[in-house]
Amino acid sequence: MSQKGMSERIAAQPGEVIDRYHSLTFRWNGKKMTAYEGDTIASALMANGVKVVSRSMKYHRPRGYMTADFWDPNGFVQVGDDPNVRSGHRLVEAGMDITPQNVWPSLDRDLKAANGLVGRFLTAGFYYKTFMKPARLWPAYERVLAKFAPGGTVDLDTPHGLHDKRYVHPDVVVAGGGPAGMASAIAAAESGATVMLVEHEHHLGGHLLWGSAEDRALATDLVAAVHAAGVEVLTDSTVTGRYEDNWVAIAQRSHPLAIERLIKARAKMLIAAPGLIERPYVFAGNDKPGVMTSGAVRRLINMYGVKPGSTAVVFTANTDGDAVVGDLERAGVDVARVVDARHGENVIAAHGSSKSVSSVELSDGTKIDADLLVTAVGWTAPTSLLNMAGDRPIYDDSAARFFPGAHIDNVLSTGGLAGDGDHDQLVEHARATGRLAAERAACVRYALQSATARSAEVDGVAPGWPDDSRDALPRDAHPSLFRSTTHGIVDFSEDVGSKDLVAAAHEGYDSVELLKRFTTATMGPAQGKLETVNTVAVLAEARGETIAEVGTTVWRPPYAPITLGALAGRIFEPVRVSSIQPWHEAHGVTTILAGAWVRPEHYGDPAAEVRNTRTNVGITDVTPLGKLDLQGPDVPKLLSQLYTNKWMQLGVGSVRYGMMCAEDGVVLDDGVTGRLGDEHYLMTTTSSGAATIWEWAENWLQTEHPDWKVHVTPVTTGLTSINVAGPKSRELVSRLVDDVDLDPESFGYMQVRQGTIAGVANCIMWRIGFTGELSFELHVPSGHGLHVWEALMDAGADLGVAPFGLEAQRIMRLEKGHFIVGQDTDGLTKAPSTGMTPLIKLDKDDFVGKPELTWAIEQGGLPVVVSIQTVEGNIVPPEASQIVRDGSNDILGRITSSRMSPTLGRSVCLGQVAATESAPGTLLTVVLADGSRVKARVMEHHAHFDPEGERLRG
Amino acid sequence: MLLVPCPNCGPRNASDLHYGGESQKRPDPNTAIPAEWRDYLYLENNPAGWLHENWFCRSGCRRYFSTERNTATNEFRNPPVPGAKLGGRA
Repeated sequence: MSQKGMSERIAAQPGEVIDRYHSLTFRWNGKKMTAYEGDTIASALMANGVKVVSRSMKYHRPRGYMTADFWDPNGFVQVGDDPNVRSGHRLVEAGMDITPQNVWPSLDRDLKAANGLVGRFLTAGFYYKTFMKPARLWPAYERVLAKFAPGGTVDLDTPHGLHDKRYVHPDVVVAGGGPAGMASAIAAAESGATVMLVEHEHHLGGHLLWGSAEDRALATDLVAAVHAAGVEVLTDSTVTGRYEDNWVAIAQRSHPLAIERLIKARAKMLIAAPGLIERPYVFAGNDKPGVMTSGAVRRLINMYGVKPGSTAVVFTANTDGDAVVGDLERAGVDVARVVDARHGENVIAAHGSSKSVSSVELSDGTKIDADLLVTAVGWTAPTSLLNMAGDRPIYDDSAARFFPGAHIDNVLSTGGLAGDGDHDQLVEHARATGRLAAERAACVRYALQSATARSAEVDGVAPGWPDDSRDALPRDAHPSLFRSTTHGIVDFSEDVGSKDLVAAAHEGYDSVELLKRFTTATMGPAQGKLETVNTVAVLAEARGETIAEVGTTVWRPPYAPITLGALAGRIFEPVRVSSIQPWHEAHGVTTILAGAWVRPEHYGDPAAEVRNTRTNVGITDVTPLGKLDLQGPDVPKLLSQLYTNKWMQLGVGSVRYGMMCAEDGVVLDDGVTGRLGDEHYLMTTTSSGAATIWEWAENWLQTEHPDWKVHVTPVTTGLTSINVAGPKSRELVSRLVDDVDLDPESFGYMQVRQGTIAGVANCIMWRIGFTGELSFELHVPSGHGLHVWEALMDAGADLGVAPFGLEAQRIMRLEKGHFIVGQDTDGLTKAPSTGMTPLIKLDKDDFVGKPELTWAIEQGGLPVVVSIQTVEGNIVPPEASQIVRDGSNDILGRITSSRMSPTLGRSVCLGQVAATESAPGTLLTVVLADGSRVKARVMEHHAHFDPEGERLRG
Repeated sequence: MLLVPCPNCGPRNASDLHYGGESQKRPDPNTAIPAEWRDYLYLENNPAGWLHENWFCRSGCRRYFSTERNTATNEFRNPPVPGAKLGGRA
C-alpha cells in the first residue's frame, strides 16, 4: 500500500488503531497532508515528517511532541475556529485546517524567539517585578504584553452549537479504562452493581494498547468482558471532579451529537483507576524536538505505525523503557545506545539545532549522534480524585512516587495508583476493588432507600458495611530520577526551568504552594500532570530536604479541561407568559422580560396609552402579580403576623392594602389582600416577590405557628389578571357583568366581589387604584383569560377602550406617587421611610419586624421617600441621579423613579432624601449624568396628580 | 454537591433546598432589647463542628425542617425535625 507522502509511516503493526483502508487529507500550516482514520493530529503530523509543532510560551523555543497524548505540553494547535486543541489527543478529520499557535510571523522563523536570547533576564516573577511602576503605564504594558500571551485565536462568531448535560445515578463510577479499571468494572457489575466506566482516551486498554502481544490479548479479553457484563462505557471522556457525597462530574467529548456533554453522576462508589503518567526528565536541552517519553514512542510505533526518528538513544530506569528498544528496532530506528540508570549511567544534555536533537551527552562525557532521545525515568501518580475527596498523598522514596494516604470510604483506588505487580496481581486487586465497591454501593443504596421516616420501617436487613480486606499490591523499587546534573525545563507549558525554581526558592518562595504561584510552575495547561513531582524534587534539592518533607501541591478539579459550552449546556431559559399573550403578539406589542415573565411593555406609544386611560378606559394584563389563595380559620392571624397593619376586622367583601417587612424592619413586599368568604382570602404580592412571599408565609406557618390552621395555595398562573382603568371603566365592566351590582353605593372603593364576567363564572373583581383611576381588577380563571380580554376589547370599542402596557402603568403610578418595592425602596429602606407609618401598628401583639420598627420610629431620622419635581419641567433626571448638598458633593439622596408625565406635561419623580431635606417645598440639587446640576423641589403630596383621590374613589 | 436528608423526600441535592441558616429561637418581640434582637438577626455562631440548622425543601415537599450537620465534615446526625426551629443559642 502506498504511504501517500507519509514518509515516516512504517508497515502495519499488530496493535495499531488506524484504518489503513481509509485515508484522508488535511492541511497543516497551509500545506496539504494525508493521514489515516484513527490517527491523532500528532500521529498524522509525525507520519508526515513534522518535527516542530509549536513555539514555547515564554522563550518561543521550537517544540516537538514529547508525550504525544492528551497531556503533551507542546501540541496545542488551532483547528479552524477551535483554539488550543490538544493535538496529541484530538483525532484528525478530513478537511481539517490545522495551524500552529503562538508563532509570529511563522513557525520556522519566530521573531519572539529573541526572548530566548534574553532569557536570563526573564526569570520567575520578571513580569511582576518589571511592569509594576508607574501604574499609569499599566494599560500600555497590557497592550504590548497581550501580544506575547500564548493561546489560539477565539472566533467571536462561532455559534454555541449543541452542548448538553445528563444526570445519572450509577452505583459505581470507574475513572480509568486500563486493565485495573476494566477489571474492577467487570467485578462490580458481576456483583450486581450498575457501573459507568469512563476512559480519558479513545480506546479502552490503557498501557496494554502499546504493549506486548500478551498485553494486547489481555486488553481484548477485558474489553469483551466489560461489554458482556453490561457496563456502560464512555470513551474520550474524563472524570473531571469528585465533589461532596460522590457528586462526580464527567466531561464526555465523544457524544455523537453534542460537541461536549457534562454528565453529573451521583455515584454511590467511585473507583479511581487512572493509571500512571510518565514523568519527563530535567536536563539541558530536554525540550528540544526529538526528546520524548517512552510512552510517546511506544504509542506512536505500536498504535499508529509511525517512526519517531532515525537514530535513538534510550535512557531507561524501568521495564517500560527497556521495552522501547525492541519497538524501535522493529520500526527501523537505529538504537545507538541504551543508557541504563539502574547501572548509574546518566544523560546530561541533548544538543542540536533549533529543529531537532543531533547528539546526546552522557555523564561519562560520551557524545552520541542521535535525532531521538527516549526517556523512561519514572511515574507521576495522578491522585487528583483522591485529593478532591480529602486525601493527601504520601511519598514513597523506594518506589519514587506518591501513593494514596488515607482510606476514604466511598472512593477506592486500584491499578498503578495503588501499586505495582504482574497482570494477575493487578487484575485480582482490581476485581477485589470492584467487588468491595459493589458491596458498599449496596449499603449506600439501602441507606438512601431507608432515609425517610416512612421507609425506615420497611422490613429488611440493613447490609453491614464491608471492611476493606483487599491484599495490598506490591511496590516495585524504582531509582529516584528527577533532575540530572544540568538544568533544564521543568514546566514545558509555562517555560519554567529548574534554574528558575532554585532561584525562586533562594528568594524565599521555598514552600511548594508559594513557589508554584510565584513561578507559575504546574499552573499551565498540563496542570501539573507532567511537572508537579519534578517541581517538588527540584525544590527539595534546593532546600536540602527530601520530597516527603517538602510535600506536594493539592490537585483540584477539573482533572482535565472542560469547555464553557458544556458547563452552560443547552441554551434553555424558560419564560412565563399569560393566557393573553397571543392577543398581545397579534397587536404589535413590545415585550419586556420581568424575571421569567414576558410582559407587554407598550403597544407603540405609552404616552398615548396613558392619555387614553385617563380620558376613556384602558385595560392591562397584570397576570404576573403574585396571588396566594389563603383558606382557614386562622388566616387573619397570618395576615397580622406578616403585614404591619391590622387584619382581624377585615369584613367579607373588603380588600386592604398591606406592607410586609423582614425582621430587620426593611420593606419586603406590598400588595392588597381581599376577603372572599368567612375563611377564604386572596393575597396579592408584587410580581417579583411571588415566590418569596409564598415561601415566607410557609416559613411563619410551619416554624413559628404550626398550630395555626391556614392553607396557602399559589394561584398566580391559575388566575389571569386584567386591570380595567379609567373614567369609563365601570361602564365597560357593567356591559359584561350581570350578577354583581357595580353601583358605587354597593361596590365601593377597596371592595371585592365574585361573579360572572362575559359568561365566565367564579371571577374575582376588586376596586383598587394603582393607576390613580377608577379601576376594576379582574381575576379570571386562566383558561378563559383571553376570552374575557377580547370581550372587553369588543364591548368597549365605542368607549375608546385600548390596551396599555407596563410602561404606561408605571407612568400612571408615578403620577399618582405610588412607590414600587425594590424600585423606590432598597435593601436598607425601613417601613417608616415610605410614609406609611400610619400603617405600622405597634400596638399589635406581634408582627414581623416589630422591634426594629418600634425603635426606628422612636429614633426617627430615617431617609424619606418623597415626590419630587424639577423646577424646569422639561428635564427628566435619570433614575439613580444623586441628590447633593448645594455647592458640595455631600450626598443627600437620589432619584428613584422619573418619567415625563403625559398628563401633567412635565417631569415627575420619586426619590429618597435625608430626613432633613424631606419637608414640602425643600429645594434640592440633582446631579445629572453629564455632571450638570439642576434644581428640584420636594412636593407636598406623594401624588403629583389628583392628590385627593377623587378619581379612583369615583 | 451535598446531599441533604429531607424527612419526607429522603436525601436530595442541596440545590433542591433553601438553606435556612442556624436554627435559633426568636426572641419575644415585646421584651427583646436591641442587643438581643440584633444577635438574632445578624450574629451566627458559625462553629467548625456540629450545628443545628434549618432547611426548606423548596423543590420537593416544601416543608421546613431542622437538623444537625457537622460543618467540618458535612455529616448529618439525628433525624430531621419537621418545622421546629431548635434552640440554637439561648
